Amino acid sequence: MTLVKIDKKQWAKGLETLQKAYRLFGPSKEKDYFSFKTLEAGEQPELGFSNSRLSPKALLFPQSEAIIEYSLDENAADHHIMKPVEKDSSPRVVLGIRPCDAKAVNLVNMNFDTPEYQDPYWVEALAATTFVGLACDEPRSTCFCTSTGCGPYNEEGLDLLLIDADDNYLAKVLTDKGQALVEAAGWNTPAGKAAEIEARKAAAEAKITTTVAMDNLKNQDLMELHGASFWEDIAFACVNCGTCTFTCPTCWCFDLQDEVHGKAGKRMKNWDSCMFPLFTQHTTGHNPRGTKTQRLRQRFMHKLKYFVDKYDKGIMCVGCGRCVSQCPVNIDIRKVCDLMNSYKAAETACAVQE
Amino acid sequence: MLNPYLPYPVRIDDIEIATEDKSLKTFKFVFQNEGDEEKFAYSAGQFAELSIPGVGEIPIGIASSPVEKGFVKFTVFKAGVVTSHLHNMKEGDIMGIRGPLGNWYPWDLLEGKNILIVGGGFAFTTLRSSIIYMLDPENRSRFGNIDVVYGARTPGMLLYKDELVAWEKRDDINMHLTIDAPADGWDYNVGFTPPVTEQKAPQGDDDTYAIVCGPPIMIKFTLPVLEKLGYAHDHIIMSLENRMKCGFGMCGRCGIGKELVCKDGPVFTLDQINKTPKEY
Amino acid sequence: MVIGFRKGSMPMMNEPCFIKNAEDAAQLVWDSNCGINLANYLANRKEKIGIIAKGCDSRNIVTHIIENKIGREQLVIIGVPCQGMIDKYKINAMFDGEIQDVAENDGKITVTVNDKKNELDKADVLQKNCAVCAHRNPVIFDEMVADPIEEQKGVDRYEDVREIEAMSSEEKWNYFEELLSPCIRCYACRNACPLCYCPTCFVDEAKPQWVGKGQDPSDVRTFHFLRAFHCGGRCTDCGACERACPVGINMRVFTKKLEKDSFEQFGWEAGLTLDERPPLDTYRPDDPDDFIR
Repeated sequence: MTLVKIDKKQWAKGLETLQKAYRLFGPSKEKDYFSFKTLEAGEQPELGFSNSRLSPKALLFPQSEAIIEYSLDENAADHHIMKPVEKDSSPRVVLGIRPCDAKAVNLVNMNFDTPEYQDPYWVEALAATTFVGLACDEPRSTCFCTSTGCGPYNEEGLDLLLIDADDNYLAKVLTDKGQALVEAAGWNTPAGKAAEIEARKAAAEAKITTTVAMDNLKNQDLMELHGASFWEDIAFACVNCGTCTFTCPTCWCFDLQDEVHGKAGKRMKNWDSCMFPLFTQHTTGHNPRGTKTQRLRQRFMHKLKYFVDKYDKGIMCVGCGRCVSQCPVNIDIRKVCDLMNSYKAAETACAVQE
Repeated sequence: MLNPYLPYPVRIDDIEIATEDKSLKTFKFVFQNEGDEEKFAYSAGQFAELSIPGVGEIPIGIASSPVEKGFVKFTVFKAGVVTSHLHNMKEGDIMGIRGPLGNWYPWDLLEGKNILIVGGGFAFTTLRSSIIYMLDPENRSRFGNIDVVYGARTPGMLLYKDELVAWEKRDDINMHLTIDAPADGWDYNVGFTPPVTEQKAPQGDDDTYAIVCGPPIMIKFTLPVLEKLGYAHDHIIMSLENRMKCGFGMCGRCGIGKELVCKDGPVFTLDQINKTPKEY
Repeated sequence: MVIGFRKGSMPMMNEPCFIKNAEDAAQLVWDSNCGINLANYLANRKEKIGIIAKGCDSRNIVTHIIENKIGREQLVIIGVPCQGMIDKYKINAMFDGEIQDVAENDGKITVTVNDKKNELDKADVLQKNCAVCAHRNPVIFDEMVADPIEEQKGVDRYEDVREIEAMSSEEKWNYFEELLSPCIRCYACRNACPLCYCPTCFVDEAKPQWVGKGQDPSDVRTFHFLRAFHCGGRCTDCGACERACPVGINMRVFTKKLEKDSFEQFGWEAGLTLDERPPLDTYRPDDPDDFIR
């Protein structure tokens, strides 16, 4: 694992060189928020940001993506034959992704790349992408990444990790893709500052004020947690919008819908949300999760219990804090996780059976 | 890389009205491309997504049996947007099939065992697939006694009537067909599926398994009967339904607890189902 | 049970909650962060409910009663004369860096950023709808927690609507295109709105399907325009839609335009009295009809 030093004065030139071999994406300011966008020639990623408002998952998993197309014109030789939509899988770089969002990519990958089935749109987009992370020196009060097994200097999901060291970026090359990138950009000044990185990392981690207990989630009985009495109280404020699911970097549920224009059509893959009533509604009208409380419980049970039990890799959350700051009614996952973690089934069973 | 979203193109080869009220039709599909039928090799109990471009997709249990070659059959109930469109299609129309999806009835476990099949209404599709599989000369000796309880409202609502009658005459399978109320020309049982099961089904034991498929109301009253007959919860096999879209475990909507009905199921034992939330 | 707010876990946020025991009443709070409309939680409830209602909330309660979503006899309305809610988007945009705390005292809002305190006048950071509010006192109540306050005078309620009305077609097109471009179809606006209680919203209908579910701009715009029309003549400008939106869309421009039309053409303001039905609900011979040709 190599460590290189990138003089900030050489940064733009390196990016210009990279533009020749890669499509570049990075954070860009729009009005008063940041989002990850395509960087045109000469455009710089705006790295003086806390985090993007919506997670960068849209780069690999767009909100609306056409995946299949077909002609419905009876005169066409291939009418009604469904074909995959071609995607641009040329190499690209995502600059400035935070470690929480990068770890989230790994978690979402567990859904889209399985031993039995692979989603080719996700897998190919991921294979074409080199992730250049930016370590986080000013975490927010809503960040709780360190509680989830992540952290402001975490390396999972990254090919290169940049650390802002005043006049330079220190860059930890973590993978072959990362190595190929620094070579392509001409960033090859070695650095021996490993100790400095450790000190900065410790300082950043010390700034994280929120801790969330989750060590007991694995031991909790699934059915007992499901039947807990606190769900009604937590769910009351919820308005069942899709804000938390759409802004979350680890939420990946989607819908498949056909859209027809005249005699041609596409099958769209659109983000969907377990918060919406229609998500589980059967054609007969029967809805296994017909109430708001059931749907809210599903979201938290999925992220904080079912995922834990199924994969034994911790919770399906990286502590980015977006849902906490964006929920219109202040439903707080930190509070729900604490409740689930510390839940004890009430001692209602008594010796006398009825 | 195989694209699980991409269907195999198929042509509708035959459409049969399956019930007297025309609410169910059996579609026979033939694969258009050489080699696709082999790629679609399936086991009894699995389902597939029937995919109609411009309309949508529906997850339907495979009614044909792995031993039937040259085609695949599905019996579809007219319920919503896609099924209504399908019911209006004609022989010769082109559409798609994705699959086979889901797990299957546990044929390994059932080797050498006695099997009780309880079906109701139009849930009988994968049960047909299973029965034809077991009765095939290559397979029959691998199983013990086979009992089938199958009920519908009227004779005209029973699926695959001709085949049922033919099986009734065989001596390597015990058929217990039933309808709700007496009807002219009906020689078999009369009564709801649960009481007929109680009267006619064999006792449960270590060597006997029950496969149950039907509407929620039938399941609700049949399970206590099976328990009374001595079937342990891990000897009762069921096939669940849930709202599905991708059918291969990625879109997230068919999940109950940590199981996905389309991938970890749809076949589950009652024991497994009792350990998950009842969100199906 | 009683529906109110409890203190939120973030600056400028309170969480709607319910209490069932008198001992829990101490949890309830009221401050300038109670912008969510609690009438949203009433539709179709069958039990007896207490509800804390500010001016606009109370007008939505009237609308609910008229539209048969709740019965008057079920409710015990605890009225609160409202001096306006503060706009969290506006305050966030004023500072670089994370807001650590927001406190209010006597018309002053103190915002702590990077451990430094900044004092603002509440009047300068009110939610846009609160700045032009003409009905701060509840119009229906069983108890009032404080004496009624003076209604704002000389407020131009439709200044921003007239600005848009004055634009050329092309300017309007560009304005609305930019306005709706961040929309992510989360439906927070629709779900926070007390008026949106349809069992199946038109965007969720499948037989037939009216609107696409993806990000095609025509679908996004159809959702917003049509939702605004469904609220026409019923909207009380409570601002919950704008407050709920996670991407800060100023979507009140649609509903405010319809409110202006309602007022100017029918002399109607929603939810002021239980005794009259909304104009889009009834026919009067003197209804304006110059738009019918």
